[in-house]
Amino acid sequence: MKEVINLPVKNIEEEEYHINMGPQHPSTHGVLRLVISLQGEIVKNLKPHCGYIHRGIEKMCEKDTYPQIIHLTDRLDYLSAHINNHAVCLLVEKALEVEVPERVKYLRTILDELNRIASHQLWWCSFGMDMGGLTCFFYGLRDREHILDIFEESFGSRLLHSYYTPGGLLQDVHPNFQKRVKDFIKYFRKKIKDYDDILTGNIILQERTKGIGLLTKEEAISYGVTGPSGRASGFACDVRKHHPYGMYSKVEFNEILFHEGDTFARYMVRMHEMRESMKIIEQLIDDIPAGNHTAKMKAIIKLPAGEYYQRVEAARGEFGVYVVSDGNKSPYRMKFRSPNFSNLSALDHISREGKIADLVAIGGSLDYVIPDIDR
Amino acid sequence: MAFSIYDFTSFTQSVDKFLYDSLSPFWALIVEMTIIGLLVLVFYALVGLFLVYAERKVCAFMQNRVGPNRVGPYGIVQTIADLFKLLMKELIYIKNADKLLFNIAPFIVIIASFMAIAAIPFAKGLHAIDFDIGILYVIAVSSLGVVGILLAGWSSNNKYSLIGAMRSGAQIVSYELSVGLSLLTIIILAGTMQFSAIVAGQENGWFIFKGHIPAFIAFIVFLIASTAETNRGPFDLAEAESELTAGFHTEYSGIKFAFFFLAEYMNMFIVASIAATVFLGGWMPFHVGGWEGFNRVMDFIPPVFWYFGKTAFVIFMMMWFKWTFPRLRIDQLLNLEWKYLLPINLVNILVMAFVVLMGWHF
Amino acid sequence: MKEKILSLVPGAEFQENKQYVTFIIPSDKMRDLAMKLKNETEFSFDYLFCLTGVDMLKYLEVVYHLESTIHKHELVLKVRTAERENTSVDTVCDIWKTAEFHEREIYDLLGIKFNHHPDMRRIFLDDDWKGHPLRKDYVDEVNIVEL
Repeated sequence: MKEVINLPVKNIEEEEYHINMGPQHPSTHGVLRLVISLQGEIVKNLKPHCGYIHRGIEKMCEKDTYPQIIHLTDRLDYLSAHINNHAVCLLVEKALEVEVPERVKYLRTILDELNRIASHQLWWCSFGMDMGGLTCFFYGLRDREHILDIFEESFGSRLLHSYYTPGGLLQDVHPNFQKRVKDFIKYFRKKIKDYDDILTGNIILQERTKGIGLLTKEEAISYGVTGPSGRASGFACDVRKHHPYGMYSKVEFNEILFHEGDTFARYMVRMHEMRESMKIIEQLIDDIPAGNHTAKMKAIIKLPAGEYYQRVEAARGEFGVYVVSDGNKSPYRMKFRSPNFSNLSALDHISREGKIADLVAIGGSLDYVIPDIDR
Repeated sequence: MAFSIYDFTSFTQSVDKFLYDSLSPFWALIVEMTIIGLLVLVFYALVGLFLVYAERKVCAFMQNRVGPNRVGPYGIVQTIADLFKLLMKELIYIKNADKLLFNIAPFIVIIASFMAIAAIPFAKGLHAIDFDIGILYVIAVSSLGVVGILLAGWSSNNKYSLIGAMRSGAQIVSYELSVGLSLLTIIILAGTMQFSAIVAGQENGWFIFKGHIPAFIAFIVFLIASTAETNRGPFDLAEAESELTAGFHTEYSGIKFAFFFLAEYMNMFIVASIAATVFLGGWMPFHVGGWEGFNRVMDFIPPVFWYFGKTAFVIFMMMWFKWTFPRLRIDQLLNLEWKYLLPINLVNILVMAFVVLMGWHF
Repeated sequence: MKEKILSLVPGAEFQENKQYVTFIIPSDKMRDLAMKLKNETEFSFDYLFCLTGVDMLKYLEVVYHLESTIHKHELVLKVRTAERENTSVDTVCDIWKTAEFHEREIYDLLGIKFNHHPDMRRIFLDDDWKGHPLRKDYVDEVNIVEL
């Protein structure tokens, strides 16, 4: 059971008491410890204690070569592994001024969007489970299996792929790839209507999420909350639109913006984003050009001395890679700007004056993945 | 009556006569009470085991998986295996807990549900007690369960159990009002509180059809309120696993936890059987007033099947609720009762009284 | 814009050939400049999207990546510290709230303290950890395996 730990807190009133939502808890989605200071049922203060899964990835990057670093970026936000890989690959390619083949750009964009759908599916099923509708968990996972099967056929692994490499892809996709992706899109378009039926239109869910956890646009910008959580507050921060990379400048899709900034808005943004991702894939899947799956790269990759920054849109926000290079085959300093770190810093602010049950809803809607916070 | 072939009254009366003839009245009474007590106990245990298995299978099918299928054919023996496991678990004693109350609490919950089962008719004559205030007795006795829950939360000496128990207590006490009022609506239609008379009165049509609109509304309200009464379904905040605590039965382990667990399923069964008896006709087959041929055909299915079939239908609805909807927050829950269900109930009673006065029912 | 910043802070040094417009700012002028950059309408840099600490062997460096959501321009500011031990830089966490967690991370891993920070303690490592791992001279026999 969770014990009460007495921490020295500066302004403690008579009736406040502390609760530990400890590192092991069904709804913190990872090892995060929240020390919540409560008055009755109202949350007065919240301090997250991170670092339970701090692996020193940034320090490890200083000793690894760039192709090896790809494997480390997978393990940051493992639910958008492809997108993290994409960031490092783009950075290296831009620094070396290498032009990747068109085929690679198409495939990378399609795989990114598939990864985004898979990540949002997992978010949906764990959000439903936190709210108490346990059936949602199984429906979301069942549909995610289709995407993971596509991945497994092409590159052999379901979750941590390390499939992109500076210059292109490790190997070409399976010949069945195009057909299976098209089948999946057809299948999922039907299923996403089920998702709306079971959870979105449910009056209980709407009562529990509307008006809860408000985050205004200025606060979102100030806290650096990007991704679906930021767009739900009206902060137009989609990197795919504002700083396009890959094929994003050539496809048509909408940037989903809501302005209420509550938990329900964050929920709706992700549901719509799944549909937008399907739209992007549909526009690209039929025209994948033939060609090489990688550009010609030297065996040992050395970036010229200088600083480089690359931003991509991960499933949870803006993921950035900052490299200070001194001309060697490993970076001098590599920093990952992780979206979940900034999203977590807003958790304290938006959960004040709410109840504990609301905290579970807010945490589920912010959708943080702890290894990304701790790096 | 066509269903007199399934009449248990003669059987029970002959047993009664045999006992009173062979023993002195005092001992005959004791023997009778023992027999009935044993039968109820066995019935309780069997139905409880079956319901746990049914819930796991139903929930599995709704979630696109299979459920228990390893232990025994189709997993039938699973619940018995779980029961053995719970029986053999270590009973953890809390140091600073109030020992007497801590040990009594699960028994109070079980006793309350036992007493309620005694009043329900399974077939004509198969009836443990036949009060003429049957419904009032059942409502009164099922309220005793709250005492057990509050005692459990208090005596655990644990802040979180106490919070969970208070929440449960508030929830159950509030929703009892709705349960009572919706049953009152049917009492107005039936004109009696005695269970056997209520069932007999549904001979030419179940009350839910006889009383049309007000009876239907009362049925819906009863279903919602009784799901909340038994801490099930979308109203299970007090024992939710993804919230902060495990509720009032946090500190219980082994057989005592099994009691709470069993009592929850049996409460669901009791509530479903009350709904089946009062609204859907109990053991009375599906008759339509005036269609004699149809009624004769319906009578061939034994009343016990009708009774269990209807109860199973209501139980399935309750399980359906639980696995579909997300959970309500405690303030939204109490809001629902006091601001919505209670006024609807009161208005419904007025409408039903009016309908009965004007004779607008079937 | 380059000229405006040069005029605001005479000691600023512009770096050529970088991906974004980059300036090196003396550490005592940083906070005022940050306030102006956030509040003046022609700049309105309201989005701090990356806050990094780098260990250049002779000095430590804090790099701020700023963006304006209104004008859509970006800016990089660098602050260099003179010594490696017991250094401190002014905090900007009341200007951009995201800096609160990022500055704790820089303190934890590199050892740069931030003045007037509301909660200056380590974020990832234990409170009683000795040393700052991201520094180039950090040696840890137990936890780091050198290949």
